[in-house]
Amino acid sequence: MNQIPLEKKVLKENDRIAAVLRERFLAHGTLCLNLISSPGSGKTSLLERTLESVEDGWRVAVLTGDIQTENDAKRLRRFGFPVKQITTGGTCHLDAGMIERHLADWDLDSIDLLLIENVGNLVCPSSYDLGEAAKIVLLSVTEGEDKPLKYPSIFFKSELVVITKTDLLPHVPFNLAQAEENARRVHPGIEILRVSNTRGDGIASWVAWLKQRRTQYYAAHAVALA
Amino acid sequence: MHEVGIANSILEAARSEMALHTGACLRRVTVRIGELAGVDPEALQFCFDALTRDTEFAALKLEIEICPRKHRCLACGTEFIVADYDFRCNRCGEEKTRFMSGDQLELVSLEMEQYEPNTA
Repeated sequence: MNQIPLEKKVLKENDRIAAVLRERFLAHGTLCLNLISSPGSGKTSLLERTLESVEDGWRVAVLTGDIQTENDAKRLRRFGFPVKQITTGGTCHLDAGMIERHLADWDLDSIDLLLIENVGNLVCPSSYDLGEAAKIVLLSVTEGEDKPLKYPSIFFKSELVVITKTDLLPHVPFNLAQAEENARRVHPGIEILRVSNTRGDGIASWVAWLKQRRTQYYAAHAVALA
Repeated sequence: MHEVGIANSILEAARSEMALHTGACLRRVTVRIGELAGVDPEALQFCFDALTRDTEFAALKLEIEICPRKHRCLACGTEFIVADYDFRCNRCGEEKTRFMSGDQLELVSLEMEQYEPNTA
């Protein structure tokens, strides 16, 4: 019996495309963020709030993934920014190849912030690098506060957790402090924001976070160009 | 749920190796999966078996090495396995530790029989 060492990533083709995308984003100064959550946690609502709240002059674009329907893209197009639906036709996550194909006719020089809304799923999207600068995980207060412990992979890989639907806190048995502690147990140093998409609470902090992250990214872009 | 895709990527790697080693019969492919990889080993095994049944890979076995989360202590340098999200160094108790590994999704090796180097 012969043993041949392979020592490579299982998803090396995905990772190769993601690396190409990451370089392109950096060269064009496009901050790409990958939003991940369970179905119904408020990704599309957060994007609606974002598109109506960003400062004038911000050039934002959205790629929104779903298994079926164009519904999310329709909801998001009314803000006047470029929005494209990625329909996976059954696949439970986006992969780097889908991002590459859907970006083919977009000029990255005219996009400052590319927001990717992944397929609603806390497991599979965590394995696929899309070339993003950061993954962001959403957790709504109608879910359990033990979600970070049940799905550690995505909380570990995310830079920020956005706790959504905080307007419902008085009506649900969700322990906010416990949820935040659980997120930090899995990922010490993870940043945490709380928002209510329906009432607008916390949206200013979210937009400020985006702005600060964008400034930081732009500094990296300047270094890459130098 | 995405384990079919992962199993398929493993088979693609096996297929491209097979092309380099004509006449070889693949027996075992070993992968390393970290507990933070977001891949369920049982589901992966199930998908792999389903994808290989009645194919040229029917004799190919999938071996999964599960890797725990490991941190290194920033004070004493000890590398230790993190259990139950307790990140303190298990030797000196230091709280500042750095993530080292535990999110692997890697192909380790391939075992084959009747291996003859492809000289063509």
